Amino acid sequence: MSTETDQGPGITSGTGAKADQKANRRARRVLFGCAAITVLTTLSIFFVLIDNAASYFFGARITEVLVGGSFEQTITFTEFFTGTRWAPDHSTPAHGILPIAFGTIAITVGAAFVSIPIGTATALYLSEYSSKSVRSKLKPTLEVLAGIPTIVYGYFAISFINPVMLGPIAESLFGISIGRYSMLSGMIVVGIMTIPMVSSISEDAMQAVPDDLRNGAYALGATKFDVSLNVVIPAAVSGIFASYILAVSRAIGETMAVTLAAGFNANITANPFSEIMTMTAYMVSMARGTSAVGTVEYQSLFAVGLVLFLMTLVMNLMNDWFKRRFQEEYR
Amino acid sequence: MSTDTDEGLFGDIDLGWEHTKNKLFLGLIFAASMFGVVMLALLLLDVAHTFYVGLTEFNISLVQFFTVDGSRRPELAGFRGAIIASVMLMLFTAILAFFIGLGTAVYLEEYAPDTRITRLLEANLANLAGVPSIVYGLLALAALVNGIGTGPILIAGSVALALLVMPIIIVSSQEALRAVPDSVRNGSYATGATKWQTIKEVVLPAAMPGILTGTILALARAIGETAPLLMVGALFTNRMPFGPLDRFSGMPTQIYGWAAEPSQHFIHLAGVGIVVLLSILLTMNGVAIYLRNKYETEV
Repeated sequence: MSTETDQGPGITSGTGAKADQKANRRARRVLFGCAAITVLTTLSIFFVLIDNAASYFFGARITEVLVGGSFEQTITFTEFFTGTRWAPDHSTPAHGILPIAFGTIAITVGAAFVSIPIGTATALYLSEYSSKSVRSKLKPTLEVLAGIPTIVYGYFAISFINPVMLGPIAESLFGISIGRYSMLSGMIVVGIMTIPMVSSISEDAMQAVPDDLRNGAYALGATKFDVSLNVVIPAAVSGIFASYILAVSRAIGETMAVTLAAGFNANITANPFSEIMTMTAYMVSMARGTSAVGTVEYQSLFAVGLVLFLMTLVMNLMNDWFKRRFQEEYR
Repeated sequence: MSTDTDEGLFGDIDLGWEHTKNKLFLGLIFAASMFGVVMLALLLLDVAHTFYVGLTEFNISLVQFFTVDGSRRPELAGFRGAIIASVMLMLFTAILAFFIGLGTAVYLEEYAPDTRITRLLEANLANLAGVPSIVYGLLALAALVNGIGTGPILIAGSVALALLVMPIIIVSSQEALRAVPDSVRNGSYATGATKWQTIKEVVLPAAMPGILTGTILALARAIGETAPLLMVGALFTNRMPFGPLDRFSGMPTQIYGWAAEPSQHFIHLAGVGIVVLLSILLTMNGVAIYLRNKYETEV
């Protein structure tokens, strides 16, 4: 809006008008202050995570060093990023993040195998095939799925998916008796809760494909199947990818569902019925104990939190890039 | 076209397979779209089933559930303290997030020039919306609970939740402001009003239903969040919080506390708690939809 009402010619600008202009400038400054708080939030997240993670690696927070403390490396980055045992609170501590990073990545990949095919198919059905009345019922139903708190999904995993759905399969087919927690149930619930993200954003992208492209293909004798797979999906591909990245980013940061579904046992395993621990589950387990300030457990929270934050940050930046490409395509 | 279609140009193309392929594909993607619906139904049935079993087999009394605080003994445990704490959390979250969120939205929609700083604000906002909720908990833990030294109090939880839902409130408010037609603004300018007068007297009242709808939906998200509260240090046995400076356990953290117990009695208490939580969420969403429908046609 460039219609800023400056004191125009012919209008006698009395003191009232001046006061109004002053109020306008003051409001603008206050509102800018509100917007600045959002930037401040990001900066504080960076600062708090890096500051406290420093005390994990170097034995002192950056702010403590500034007032006279000293750095003394206690945990090397090599141990942190390549060690295969994670037990900072153990009597013989080990600081390799790989087992819990594996947990997070395994859940994320497993969830993607559920949410990506089903979400994309749902989007295609909603955008290309469904009648108006089906669409008006299916879309709100999926939105309900997105609105359910993650703790409820975790509860669903331990009270239904794990004992009722997976238990008998593991028992009869593989002869494994399943415990209270399993990696597979974590993958399934996180997959279910990210379906609405994939489907709604992919559908928006598919709806943005102009009808001219579809009609062109029909004119060449293509069937609906051909049009869906060979015209609509390729044309909407960057929006569809953006939705995948958003779902993956959400799965990485997902906490309560995986904590309740997948458990607290940090190990690298290929057995989908075994208990594992994700980075977020580790953070919850440490918050559950009395992790006091200054202990290595407390400091490790921030080291793990920093890794988690950086992983989602990369995903968010990628998502931003894809979205911008998608917006440019047909406008 | 006067040629005999039986022996036509495309006679050698097997259209039968094309038809089957299309039908199979439609069946496949329809089944996939029903997967989410079936899972939602299973989830709700599972919760309803635990609720029923909890009331009948474990003799959980609903009266006791609403009038007693948490306890280490399942037969004495109630939900009252958690409900009160969640309502208080929501109240403070609303106060903290609403004004700053709305202010940011107004700045970005009405004032912000198209400069690098504005683009930075927008990009930052998109990033904040994707930060995992547990990280907001860490921020409140380090900055408030141990930084300022407030301890694990209710208001620290509110700050974490407020920062978490702020991007949602900002984006929905921006959409509501964008929906106000420019002709309304120009009419106001034509009477000699300043930009701020126009926003205050004309734009905000017109956009308010949309803004409130978005805020209620954001608060519904906040009330179901568990991880930030756990990081801040919520209690595992709920008790009545006396004011915002007291320790607390909200509904979701109490549900987690119960669900993580090995005892079946506690797990069924968690099921009853989930029914209460979902009913409150349903009510909030209902109010939001009612507001949207009631004011949709105006302006």
